[in-house]
Amino acid sequence: MKVETLSIAARNGNKLTSLSRYLSSNHRPVSVWRLIPFLVAALVLIPIGTILSSFFAPTSDIWQHLVETTLLSLLINTFWLALGVVSGTTLLGVSLAWLTAVCEFPGRKLFSWALLLPLAVPAYVTAFVVLGLFDFTGPVQSAFHSWLGPDAWFPEVRGRMGVITVMVLAFYPYVYLLARNAFLTQGKRSLEASQSLGLNRTQGFFRVALPMARPWIAGGVMLALMETLADFGTVAVFNYDTFTTAIYKAWFGMFSLAAASQLASLLLVIIFALIVVEQQIRIRMRYAEVKQSARADRIALSGWRSATATALASGTLFFAFLLPIGQLVIWAANSLVQDLDSRYLGFLWHSLLLSTLAALLTCTVALLLVYATRRHPDAATRNAVRIATLGYALPGTVLAVGMFVPLASLDNWIGEVTLQLFQIETGLMIQGTLAIMLLAYLTRFLAVSHSPIDSAMQRITSSIDEASMSMGINGWMMLRRVHLPILKSGIFTAGALVFVDVMKEMPITLMTRPFGWDTLSVRIFEMTSEGAWEQAALPAVALVISGLIPIILFMRQTEK
Amino acid sequence: MLLELKNIQQAYGQQLVVNNLSLRLEKGQIGCLLGPSGCGKTSVLRCIAGFEPVIAGEILLSGTTVSSDSVFLPPEQRRIGMVFQDYALFPHLTVINNIGFGLHQLPKNDRASRVNELLGTVGLSDAANKYPHELSGGQQQRVALARALAPRPDLLLLDEPFSNLDVSLRERLSLEVREILKNQNTTAILVTHDQNEAFAIADEIGVMHRGEIQQWDSAYNLYHRPANRFVANFIGQGVFLPGQVLDPKRVEIELGVLTADIPHQCSPADQICGKGCRVDVLLRPDDIVHDDSSLLQATVLHKAFRGADILYTLSLPSGTSALSLVPSHHNHAIGEKIGIRLEADHVVAFPSS
Repeated sequence: MKVETLSIAARNGNKLTSLSRYLSSNHRPVSVWRLIPFLVAALVLIPIGTILSSFFAPTSDIWQHLVETTLLSLLINTFWLALGVVSGTTLLGVSLAWLTAVCEFPGRKLFSWALLLPLAVPAYVTAFVVLGLFDFTGPVQSAFHSWLGPDAWFPEVRGRMGVITVMVLAFYPYVYLLARNAFLTQGKRSLEASQSLGLNRTQGFFRVALPMARPWIAGGVMLALMETLADFGTVAVFNYDTFTTAIYKAWFGMFSLAAASQLASLLLVIIFALIVVEQQIRIRMRYAEVKQSARADRIALSGWRSATATALASGTLFFAFLLPIGQLVIWAANSLVQDLDSRYLGFLWHSLLLSTLAALLTCTVALLLVYATRRHPDAATRNAVRIATLGYALPGTVLAVGMFVPLASLDNWIGEVTLQLFQIETGLMIQGTLAIMLLAYLTRFLAVSHSPIDSAMQRITSSIDEASMSMGINGWMMLRRVHLPILKSGIFTAGALVFVDVMKEMPITLMTRPFGWDTLSVRIFEMTSEGAWEQAALPAVALVISGLIPIILFMRQTEK
Repeated sequence: MLLELKNIQQAYGQQLVVNNLSLRLEKGQIGCLLGPSGCGKTSVLRCIAGFEPVIAGEILLSGTTVSSDSVFLPPEQRRIGMVFQDYALFPHLTVINNIGFGLHQLPKNDRASRVNELLGTVGLSDAANKYPHELSGGQQQRVALARALAPRPDLLLLDEPFSNLDVSLRERLSLEVREILKNQNTTAILVTHDQNEAFAIADEIGVMHRGEIQQWDSAYNLYHRPANRFVANFIGQGVFLPGQVLDPKRVEIELGVLTADIPHQCSPADQICGKGCRVDVLLRPDDIVHDDSSLLQATVLHKAFRGADILYTLSLPSGTSALSLVPSHHNHAIGEKIGIRLEADHVVAFPSS
């Protein structure tokens, strides 16, 4: 028995030495590049693991109380919200996409890009503007009631329909963008093919164009749904309880991190189910890829059809963009004198600093990941990268809890150890810094920076490397003279996208910021939770302006 | 007459792409429009299909006008099938559903049996439930053909159907397609830039240039009796040698005297070449044969080994060059002088320019 194991060990040992010889003979020792993707993947797995393990944690009194009182209503609220947003964004997004991609009606050119503008307005900003305008004490209802009497019926703004409406207005651009893209790239070939088989254009839409666009539409709806489940700001403004607000309340209201992570684990299970569906959709998108062909002549709408199209597009644009912006500007102008002080500049400074740091951090890590995949394009690395970029699907509230719990206990452990071994009082080394917040940002927004850098890297084929080496340029020189110029625009896009996302980010910042680190979005949360809409307007204006950056970038890119 | 085009014109903006084009096709015939890219051949096809209107002229299907400056029948009502260059298979449908797509008005059972029949015809019964992305290029091509044939169209249009396939598959499939079309007695028009493809499939071929048909004829006549210089240059290989008409039956060139009805070949404008008229004579590579005993000598300039034979580019004593196709065991080096002999049984000559 012993002899056997020894001989196996010896054999394995031989294998190992021959392997290392093989590696060294190729001058390719196992490098750090091998490890990087796994380290980054671990960074994502730690919060996920923390949260999931709390799923099986012993039940506390607080948890018991939550289960008895609020859990059912959380599930019901989440279900109706998801259903409403999914059907609303599908209907609005697909019809606007079809109208602007295939039809011709007055204003079509303007609407085809302007309908993306609502992406610049965070949902929670639209939310507080809508409440400020249409709530019972708002100007619209006041005018309405003074005109028709106090008992006249007015739709309930603060309820479920209000939240759904706001989120549909904020998230329909995802569906619109992808569906429109699908309709445009289909070109006229498939429609012609269906015509040559005896179908007219209307039949062709329902039997060919729509089914062919299905994976893209589903992809857009999926994005909208993920945003809905991750949303914290909007539901907080509306006082509409979902898992994200419940997690916040459990932590900061009942001071129970355990209950917060148990709630987070439930949300995480829902999210995981969605990720599985989303991966399936992506696979189908790849197979359903359509070859580009010339664009079809647009269907010219006339009479009531064209009037309806223009009305739908301009109505959407008005409620999703023009109205919130207009109201924000008015409120901001009113409060400018008293709000534009050193405190406001402090919020702005914190937001800018955090966004810049996060952009630098995520871009650096994304670059490392991309180079690691380039060096070792094997299945293990690719899977690690896939996990590492999974964080975009994790709601900020979940990530905040998942990052805080392990890092805080690590912090406490370091403190105890140093105290016992060296009699040194270290205090809180991690919790007082930006570390937790930045790590959470990194996890959540890595995918955002990874995808533009990755697609820029795809353009540097291995033959480009070989060509430059054959001309005597390699190592750092190649990096500087060949790679960097090609990657530059990708890195810039990645940085800009992360920058804006962090500017708008609310739950992570709110829950993991060190004392005194209030940002624009934190200020908005605080003002809106007191119903001080006017005071929230000035910071919101800054967010909207920064939110326009990626949209402008995107439009420039598609115009090229 | 199943299809008739009368002086049709088509333009993109200011650019006239089809100019006064006419053609006729009988039931069961396979026609072909052959020409370099940009000659307007695909535009003609799209006009027939109804994807583009005509700005002048008339298109008739079985005697009924479907396109003119006042009539336009939408494509879905023309009973015309089309095989697209990129196949345009529906990526979201299986092979069966792609083929059955145009049969939406048939009852379910009839549809299934028609689809099965076609799967057999194109030899794809095993792939019935696959999606387009799971098929090879050749299989996709067959699905596209079956899909277009399924509703039994009166006319089938094929737009460069083999251009996405590799050469060996192209030859095999083009013969297969001809057989399928002939078996089903389908009337069809093919558009291509590849003459071998055109020769393999079509009964009648129209060579197109600048939106006009230069010659509508059989493959044999296009090669051996080209109507003008463009057709002579576009079809096959060959060179023009200067010559002089001796009398209406004979023309003299550097290599000797050729005998045939010369004036008949003298186009354009049916110009009769009288005695002494200067002409350019087309010599195909098979018109000049290698003969060691010949006194006529030429120098080898280039050679292209082609397996069974070698295509020599020769420099004639006067310095003009000519092509000669020689069995490949006659292997001569570049620069070598070889004996040649004229062996042409017909003459293609155009008045010299």
